[in-house]
Amino acid sequence: MVDSEVLDEQAVEAADASHSAKVGDHQPGSTGISNQKLAMWAFLGSECLLFGGLISGYLLYRNNNQDGPAAAEIFDIPFTSVSSFVLLMSSLTMVLALSAITRGDHPRTRLWILTTALLGAVFIGGQVYEFTSFYREGLGYTTSPFSSAFFTLTGFHGVHVSMGIVMLMSLYFSSVRGKLKTENAETVEIVGLYWHFVDVVWIFIFTVVYLMAKGI
Amino acid sequence: MSSETLSDTVEAGMHDADHHDADHHHHPSDRKYVGIAIGLAIITAVEVLTFYVDFGPLFIPSLLLMMFVKFYYVCGWFMHLKLDSPMFTKFFVAGLVLAAGVYVVMLSASQLWDNI
Repeated sequence: MVDSEVLDEQAVEAADASHSAKVGDHQPGSTGISNQKLAMWAFLGSECLLFGGLISGYLLYRNNNQDGPAAAEIFDIPFTSVSSFVLLMSSLTMVLALSAITRGDHPRTRLWILTTALLGAVFIGGQVYEFTSFYREGLGYTTSPFSSAFFTLTGFHGVHVSMGIVMLMSLYFSSVRGKLKTENAETVEIVGLYWHFVDVVWIFIFTVVYLMAKGI
Repeated sequence: MSSETLSDTVEAGMHDADHHDADHHHHPSDRKYVGIAIGLAIITAVEVLTFYVDFGPLFIPSLLLMMFVKFYYVCGWFMHLKLDSPMFTKFFVAGLVLAAGVYVVMLSASQLWDNI
């Protein structure tokens, strides 16, 4: 009886060990799915409330430009379109990084992670240039309720992209040091979820803030 | 516990591991990801076109439609919501619906729609 129980425990431990070896650090919880991934999705759900508030605030104040320039006068749509395209393509390179690590192709994983971070940096550079040119044209943070709402919304998004770049560079250096193994593919996936979310938010901002400035 | 039950336990553990591992292998091919990205780029180009070409009363509806198509493809394929556990979708959609509900009420209270 006692031997049988010991055997049972050993069998369970063997099954657990096999499982851990295959899935790496992120083991499924009692729900059968990864707790870390679930936490990231819950976090992204809460981020919808943050950006929902900022977009709503912008919609409320978009026409309240007082003596400052109006949105339609100041936006440079061709320039912002290129920035949007760059961020959209960074989502592709991010998903290619995940695909590479699941295949165990570490050099390509590093290449795609670095490309994603560089595209993100190009987007941020574009935003800094845009903010600077707006300021020179007379649109400061406190010029009008419109400018405050605009800079707060796009600035918060920029901070999120910057945080994503920090996470990507952290993944890159982990991979260079050999700490990012194939079993850790889920870590890349979780950072990827954050990155794609930032892209999704920009899809909304580009449409509602920039393109609709002509119509509403 | 009999030896049969013992081997069942081991197999169950192995099956779980295989299932989780298989999660990563069921992702679409790189070719499919590139195809989706090209589609998204084309939609973005059409979106930009609406700024220069007069779409009349279809201007805002067409922009919203294209925005939602892009949202669907990024969340469904790049974020793997179409392939992963429905639990993830529920968590994300809960936040999205809550945000949409709260802010539609807030904007309605602020009479935003009257000014559009």
